[in-house]
Amino acid sequence: MKSLQGEKEILLQESGILTAKLQRRSFLQYAGAGVAGVALIAAGCKKDKSTPGLDTGVDLGSGDPGILNYAYALEQLEGAFYDAVVKSPYTGIPANELALLTDIRDHELAHREFFKKALGTGAIVSLTVDFSSINFADRASVLNTAKAFEDLGVSAYNGAGKLLKTAKYLEVAGKIVSVEARHAALIRDLISNGTFADSTAVDANGLDGARTPIQVLTIAKTYIKTAINASNLPTS
Amino acid sequence: MNIINILEEIEKVDGEVYERLNPRRAAMKSFYGFGSKVALAALPMALGSMFKKAYGQTTTSVIDVLNFALTLEYIEYNFYQTGINTAGLIPAGTPAVAAIANIRDHELAHVNLLKGAITASGGTPVSYTAASFDFTAKGNFPTVFSDYPTFLAVAQVFEDTGVRAYKGQAGNLMSSPSVLQTALQIHSVEARHAAHIRQMRKAPAGGGLTNLKPWITGANDSGVAAAAASYAGEDNVTQLDINIPGLGFSVNASTEAFDEPLTMPQVLSIASLFIK
Repeated sequence: MKSLQGEKEILLQESGILTAKLQRRSFLQYAGAGVAGVALIAAGCKKDKSTPGLDTGVDLGSGDPGILNYAYALEQLEGAFYDAVVKSPYTGIPANELALLTDIRDHELAHREFFKKALGTGAIVSLTVDFSSINFADRASVLNTAKAFEDLGVSAYNGAGKLLKTAKYLEVAGKIVSVEARHAALIRDLISNGTFADSTAVDANGLDGARTPIQVLTIAKTYIKTAINASNLPTS
Repeated sequence: MNIINILEEIEKVDGEVYERLNPRRAAMKSFYGFGSKVALAALPMALGSMFKKAYGQTTTSVIDVLNFALTLEYIEYNFYQTGINTAGLIPAGTPAVAAIANIRDHELAHVNLLKGAITASGGTPVSYTAASFDFTAKGNFPTVFSDYPTFLAVAQVFEDTGVRAYKGQAGNLMSSPSVLQTALQIHSVEARHAAHIRQMRKAPAGGGLTNLKPWITGANDSGVAAAAASYAGEDNVTQLDINIPGLGFSVNASTEAFDEPLTMPQVLSIASLFIK
């Protein structure tokens, strides 16, 4: 069991963007040959998990690059949303709100461009968004969407951190998630002052939300026209 | 600052702690299962039994470490509780009362998490009162409980520092996925607190710092020179060797878009100012 685990780690470390899938498959065949392999698969290496609606289209990939592409996809969504908000602000927007939303737009675009650059040739294509359900002229519609996006983003990073195998990627994800949480708190306060960390955001143990990539993308796909294949992302 | 500090400190006295806490060991089986909300409520027990089983007889040093982490949580909880108990400090009849109480409640939840873990490990939790702490930080903030803007300034520094402290330890928790996730879930709550406290400081009663933002701009935007150590390195604009301004963004936006970590020694140095 121990040697198998070691084998897995070595394989994952050696996995590049192009070779990850093949090596992983080889590993699973190897692991499946023994009794220990059954336990390993049961422990979370299972790959054939059904992800309805998220198993065809733009492939986010596997391993750390897959998680980075997943983050890149979310940042694309947020960036496009705030870009639209700032380009066509809602009716009667106060100057200070426009300034804050412009800041957030800049942060999300910086995150987006950062991930694109970091992923290089491994980056997914630009996604086409669908904001038809949002009334950009209406403050409540815009801010409630922003709140949903920010809380979703926080829970996405909180849930994805443990899926990363490389410390420097975890660190940079950590650098981004607290900024998303700052956004979430502000947007919530703009909607209703004092709701920055109320019981709809933070549980009785003082803990923020955490969601798996599948949970997040299932929610987010309402706003993304491009089909996404998340079935190769790590699940543990 | 709880779970990561514990493991970090244990690692100092026992370099093999992560080996001991390895998921392949039976001791970790129940601990790794606490993903559901119901099981999360049992986290203190799970932590306690994890340490107990990992070490057999719980050693003095482990209890010391757990109590050290609890001390840090007590600092934050007692800071807010003292503020709430100080008549006339937090403007009555304003949303500030509920906001500070909300943050206080979260800190208390973290205190209780640790107390439960220590008790379950067979140890005795330390019991601090507000009198154990020096919230003037050795005289740096003499009016912390008589001047509301100063109270909020110290609160902001606590929260921003807390965010940075958790962030700095995430990498050390990679071998314990569930602990890492819990730490991240606390980490983003601290950031929510920080954002709100910063907004409170913008109001006239909070100091009227209208230029202050919910996010950290540059190195030390707190307006408190004594807080420089808590913001050291926040002006970094390079992530994974990528220069963010080089991607077409202003320097301010580039520093705001990424919060930076603090190392353990940096955090300890800051925290020591508040302990008598």
